[in-house]
Amino acid sequence: MVPAFILVLVVLGSILFHILSPWWWPPIASNWSYIDHTLVITFWITGAVFSAVVLFMAYCVYRFRHRPGSKAAYEPESKKLEWWLTIGTAVGVAAMLAPGLYVWAQFVTVPDDATEIEVVAQQWQWNYRLPGEDGRLGKSDSQLISFENPLGINPDDPNGQDDIVIEASDLHLPVDKPVKVLLRSIDVLHDFYVPEFRAKMDMVPGMVTYFWFTPTKTGTYEVLCAELCGVGHSYMRGAVLVDTEEDYQAWLQEQSTFAELTDLRNVAEEVKP
Amino acid sequence: MVDATPRMHEGISPAEVPELELYHPKGWWTTYVFSQDAKIIAIQYAGTAMAIGLVALVLSWLMRLQLGFPGTFDFITPDAYYQFITMHGMIMVIYLLTALFLGGFGNYLIPLMVGARDMVFPYVNMLSYWIYLLAVIVLVASFFAPGGPTGAGWTLYPPQAILSGTPGGQDWGIILMLASLILFIIGFTMGGLNYVVTVIQGRTRGMTLMRMPLTVWGIFTATVMALLAFPALFVACVMMLFDRLLGTSFFMPALVEMGEQLSYGGGSPILFQHLFWFFGHPEVYIVALPAFGIVSDLISTHARKNIFGYRMMVWAIVVIGALSFIVWAHHMYVSGMHPWFGFFFATTTLIIAIPTAIKVYNWVLTLWRGDIHLTIPMLFALAFIVTFVNGGLTGLFLGNVVVDVPLSDTMFVVAHFHMVMGVAPILVIFGAIYHWYPKITGRMLDEWMGQFHFWVTFVGAYAIFFPMHYVGLVGVPRRYVEIGESAFIPPSVQDLNAFITVAALIVGFAQMVFLFNLFWSLRYGREAGGNPWRATSLEWQTPTTPPPHGNWGDERPVVYRWAYDYSVPGAPQDFIPQNDPWPQKAVAGTA
Repeated sequence: MVPAFILVLVVLGSILFHILSPWWWPPIASNWSYIDHTLVITFWITGAVFSAVVLFMAYCVYRFRHRPGSKAAYEPESKKLEWWLTIGTAVGVAAMLAPGLYVWAQFVTVPDDATEIEVVAQQWQWNYRLPGEDGRLGKSDSQLISFENPLGINPDDPNGQDDIVIEASDLHLPVDKPVKVLLRSIDVLHDFYVPEFRAKMDMVPGMVTYFWFTPTKTGTYEVLCAELCGVGHSYMRGAVLVDTEEDYQAWLQEQSTFAELTDLRNVAEEVKP
Repeated sequence: MVDATPRMHEGISPAEVPELELYHPKGWWTTYVFSQDAKIIAIQYAGTAMAIGLVALVLSWLMRLQLGFPGTFDFITPDAYYQFITMHGMIMVIYLLTALFLGGFGNYLIPLMVGARDMVFPYVNMLSYWIYLLAVIVLVASFFAPGGPTGAGWTLYPPQAILSGTPGGQDWGIILMLASLILFIIGFTMGGLNYVVTVIQGRTRGMTLMRMPLTVWGIFTATVMALLAFPALFVACVMMLFDRLLGTSFFMPALVEMGEQLSYGGGSPILFQHLFWFFGHPEVYIVALPAFGIVSDLISTHARKNIFGYRMMVWAIVVIGALSFIVWAHHMYVSGMHPWFGFFFATTTLIIAIPTAIKVYNWVLTLWRGDIHLTIPMLFALAFIVTFVNGGLTGLFLGNVVVDVPLSDTMFVVAHFHMVMGVAPILVIFGAIYHWYPKITGRMLDEWMGQFHFWVTFVGAYAIFFPMHYVGLVGVPRRYVEIGESAFIPPSVQDLNAFITVAALIVGFAQMVFLFNLFWSLRYGREAGGNPWRATSLEWQTPTTPPPHGNWGDERPVVYRWAYDYSVPGAPQDFIPQNDPWPQKAVAGTA
């Protein structure tokens, strides 16, 4: 009796917790509301299956509990029932997989008009690089990294001279413009994670990874690292500001290009005794 | 309903090879310490695994104290916190769960359940345990080494695992961890070959493969998988050790650490992840399949009913085992591997849900029209189904590639895998210990302590891990020493974390009651007799309990039926042991 009752309580408690929980994801600020929808569909299907299985168990435990003289049925298998259950499960699984793969296809297809920007991670800070007026990022190599060239931009590549370098500061993005985020790390694995954008991806030293999204709401969003990167992992935070076009242009004017930064730092080096 | 029971003793062939004489120990040391008896080795494995498991339990308290009450405990520095989570994870997955299921239950149950006198290679079996013990000692040594144990996370991802930004990366921690894993795999391989060959070659007459209890099927399939999966981890460990000690660059690209160019170059961190998860995902099922098998037998025995759909259950185990080798990269959807892999691995991952679901249906259908005795093993089996279904279903979130993107690397993942491969298999281990303790010791475990242990563990563990999913939904990343100030995380998340910590401490305390019960009942437990649960499988039919070296007295048993003849219509009792020829008399010369 008591076990059956507690099994029912587990189901009811879980459903109530889910409904009453104040703990839910922060409001979305990107184009990936499809991901949220797929997640909600998955919650409904899995919640229904969980409740059905556990309630069925509770019923069995109550109805078929041992009493003096009771005897179990002898019933080795039922091909028909087993096949129906298999097919039913396969349909349920397909109902979740199909929308999942459909959205994944969009996730991996970067639109042609996306602006390429670069995030460069290191223990334990975030740096960024934006293409300058030519709209292209210059080549980079971690072996070129030095005090004058913190991101390892190739000084011989003309495309790189006008790149805008943002070292350990906030990133700004214009609202409603798709961006392809190129991800680079100069030391260990990191992961560029902004909960409101939903999308995230690891950055791996030695290669360039990417994902894309379109910011849809102006505001300030926190950047966290989501891949263990050493003792400073929890403190590796930054901020992304999604601006209106005017605000974004105003901010952009104040940033230094790679060429300016190199000059500045070379001068600084020379001034030092 | 189709009758699929192989009931008759359709031609039991005479033994083809004469029995070999077992090794006879001469003194106390060779009987109880350097024993070649699989049952003693099983107890050694289980004792060692539980001892190191206690360390992991204490580590989990420490990390929960930090998460529930950040800043309160000065000795939990970020370094220490990462060392705690790393060692907790590695101990639980490898040194506790794998060792206990395969080395513990595998050694005890395989020979008894298939009617063998011992494992086929007893000496190698003994070596397997001692190498395992050495692996554990090396692991524990890292706590005392300069710099302490590694804090690289149990996944040990390079480059950080061997760099100075990670605790133990440039000290002894990572070296001892890799050495310990290498030893563990060597020891496991020796044991694993034994389990596989014993199942294939050591079965008694009449014990066809399709008459074996599902426990044996689960452990057998898991061992085959482990023999195929562990080598991937083995080479990954050797290569990383070379990267760390010899300066090779298998997993190390050119990189700049703290402003300094290191001399590595050309290696691939993602290669390590592929090797790790090629082992790591089968590992999940290496732990789960023995649990699946054992729980099937617990449910069947205590519901006095045959397991529903035995043949489908066997095939489901085999299919899950095979599929689990082509799903590994679902751990790597956001690792930076080519995104097109996502289509393939999401599909295979969701397909594996189908045989798994069949198993769940067949467990609950076994309860249907059963005669359910709510014994402690049965309660643990029911709790297993609840937690396993819960954890399995959240796996559909994480396996479904695009749904995984926002959830990966958050506390949702931590909650998921603890529910599905922490809580669920451990509940089976507890159920199995309550079930087989009478065979191992001749005495029953105390019922009252068992009830207390069960309810606190089941309800408590659910209260820890169910709410934890919602911490992850909010967006809190895993492996954070503290959440800190974040605009998107409401302060109430901290209250929830404190609640989870309190629940974890209570559940931990209940385990002390369990340990006390293990020792107390050894002396004061009720006398059990040979077959207290009135079960059918062979281990309950030994002439003496606990079974002595050699198990069977003069004659090995002859098997006439499958392991699930419960409540057979017309039979004198509600169970027919596998070696009972009913309704025929035993034919002279075959029994």
